[in-house]
Amino acid sequence: MFDTLSDKLQRVFKNLRGEGKLTAANMESALREIRVALLEADVHFRVVKQLIESIREKAMGQEVLDAFSPAQQVVKIVRDELIKMLGSHQSRLRFANEPPSAMLIVGLQGSGKTTSTAKLARWLEKNGHSPLLVSVDVYRPAAREQLAVIARSIKLPIYTGTPEEKTPLELVRSARREAVQTGRDVLLVDTAGRLHIDEALMTELRELRDLLSPSEILFVADAMTGQDAVKSAGEFHNQLGISGVILTKMDGDARGGAALSIRSVTGQPLKFTGTGEKPDAFEPFHPDRTANRILGMGDVLSFIEKVEENIGQKNAEEMQRKLLDNEFTLADFRDQLRQIRKLGPLESILGMMPDLGPMKDLKNVKVDEKELTRIVAIIDSMTPRERNNHMIINGARRRRIAKGSGTTVQDVNNLLKQYAQTRKMMKSFTGGGFLGKRLAKLKLPMLQQ
Amino acid sequence: MKQSLMIQTLFGAVPQEPNLLDRLKAGIQKTRAGFVERLEDALAGRKEIDADLLEELEFTLIGADIGVTTAHEILEGIRQRVDRRLVGDVSELKLLIRDSLLETLQAAERPMAHVEEPPAVVLVVGVNGAGKTTTIGKLASRYRAEGRSVLLCAGDTFRAAAIEQLAIWAERAGVDMVRQSPGADPSAVLFDALQAARARKIDYVIADTAGRLHTKTNLMAELEKMRRTASRVVPGAPHEVLLVIDATTGQNGLEQARRFTETSGVTGVVLTKLDGTAKGGVAVAIARELGHPIRYVGVGEKAEDLLPFEPDKFIDSLFSAPAASAP
Repeated sequence: MFDTLSDKLQRVFKNLRGEGKLTAANMESALREIRVALLEADVHFRVVKQLIESIREKAMGQEVLDAFSPAQQVVKIVRDELIKMLGSHQSRLRFANEPPSAMLIVGLQGSGKTTSTAKLARWLEKNGHSPLLVSVDVYRPAAREQLAVIARSIKLPIYTGTPEEKTPLELVRSARREAVQTGRDVLLVDTAGRLHIDEALMTELRELRDLLSPSEILFVADAMTGQDAVKSAGEFHNQLGISGVILTKMDGDARGGAALSIRSVTGQPLKFTGTGEKPDAFEPFHPDRTANRILGMGDVLSFIEKVEENIGQKNAEEMQRKLLDNEFTLADFRDQLRQIRKLGPLESILGMMPDLGPMKDLKNVKVDEKELTRIVAIIDSMTPRERNNHMIINGARRRRIAKGSGTTVQDVNNLLKQYAQTRKMMKSFTGGGFLGKRLAKLKLPMLQQ
Repeated sequence: MKQSLMIQTLFGAVPQEPNLLDRLKAGIQKTRAGFVERLEDALAGRKEIDADLLEELEFTLIGADIGVTTAHEILEGIRQRVDRRLVGDVSELKLLIRDSLLETLQAAERPMAHVEEPPAVVLVVGVNGAGKTTTIGKLASRYRAEGRSVLLCAGDTFRAAAIEQLAIWAERAGVDMVRQSPGADPSAVLFDALQAARARKIDYVIADTAGRLHTKTNLMAELEKMRRTASRVVPGAPHEVLLVIDATTGQNGLEQARRFTETSGVTGVVLTKLDGTAKGGVAVAIARELGHPIRYVGVGEKAEDLLPFEPDKFIDSLFSAPAASAP
């Protein structure tokens, strides 16, 4: 994997302590590292150039603050610049004055339009709206079928059309009528994917736009997109006037630099991110978190939010207290595992962790979900005393536990080792260290004890 | 060995494709426009080779998604030649870059594994939305046109309507498809398909797989299982594991290639959606770092828009004058 930017900068500035100031000379090699990091994150090279200039301006001549190392200070400047560029606050969806509000979902082939349409529908429903879905992708084989299947699985109504309705315009007209008649307040239109050079399909999109006067035209972009993001987003924007962006496949390990490129070329806000295969894996876009990700600093906030959402405030507080006091027992470990499984696939959780300090190797950890079941079984086979104090688990107890859980002594040993590591890791999570300090600064309810 | 030669030796004569070069040219028109014209822009009006110019060239390569490392390596080679005064003229630079790219792509060329006894098993893998199913449809048509018998395996049992989508392609190509219900074990579907193919003496089995981000360990393990299943039924299978990569993909493509190679033993790359403006430079990075050849490029939505990749032709059409008329 890549070195993180902060690692690289750390090396660049190794000898800077004591100089007191960031100077032109010592900044140059730092800026080179920043440039490479941004390019490797797929930020467009022109955008990189622009960013480097404003970073240079900000960084030059700054006093090296005591609290930070110069490297961290520069990372902070870079991060702030990225956030500024990504849009300093979350933006909301716009709705029409008179329902139904139409929203067009557009984008390149394979960017994830259909999945995003369904996820957005689900999200709207959760937030008190009543969406109606319609797919007007009459070209790709089985595209409309795909949306219909998803709609059924998330139990939302979809307008599937009659056999006579063959064109996108016919389909949306009837769909809108249906929305009015059945009292749905948002009509989500999944359009055909295209390469933006396809004039015929672009014309069709413009016709759809003119017919519907949508309150949102959302451009769906794949987080893995490279330098071409500028072109495709730019062209869609020129041709259609998009009003926002949905960034998909953020559950992969792409840095998502395309977000910056798109934002800078269209000026339109990023509104949502897709973070997994499940219909609920969809979140409002957070500029700060994406900035962290581009810099390889992980997404601790999303992680904490997810924990809160799924585990509940009280549990989270309790967990937090235990972690802080290092009273984290095997029983807690088991409860946590059970709760973590509720959060979704573990890989996506681990992916949110920063590549920093003790968390560094966490990303490469391969997680076997079945393994979790086994771990829970092993802990279940312990006595309450053992769960509260793992130190008492000797050889005889290990054999008994292995027998009880249908595993081997080796499995039990591994678990105990893992547990000890987790304790250690959690300690660094909450205790001192860069990350701990960062966490402590965030005014999160679960941390305000 | 050239790709055409390879196919010839393995499977007999290749069907004539007189206008292949033109179609390729037309297909990657946009790519050309973006890449070579920028390259020419960078070179235009320059008399001297200086650090500035070389940096501009490096950015042009990066702009094509070739990646910082690979672009740097290519430019480093050129810089050394400039330092040793082997290059004096700006006009030579374009040629040097061309040769360097060609060399990288050619070095990665290698033939498909030998097929002891049919069927030849082709496993198609990739992240979500790369264009796997479409590629399979086109590949089926291509093999059919070569007079081969083909059986498709609907191994994407996960994505909604994926089976239906492949079924439509199967119908278009006039080939049969083995399927089970959504949610079935992909390895089981593959097993059925391979059994059927053996019984019916089919030449090619092309297996679809569900799109998966390479970070999902479970899903990647599923691919390993499909591999094992294939090799149990047909010795030496899968003979080809094609990683489908969207030409718009950035540097993450390298990571994808690494992970898919680890779990499913990728043997070649299919670069899709090259008819857009994206340059697909990440395939060059993959060829350079992992040594995977590019097997095919997708340049359109029609069945015949999947073209065999030949480095020299590809680079030629990238660097030569624009095709007279794009259809």
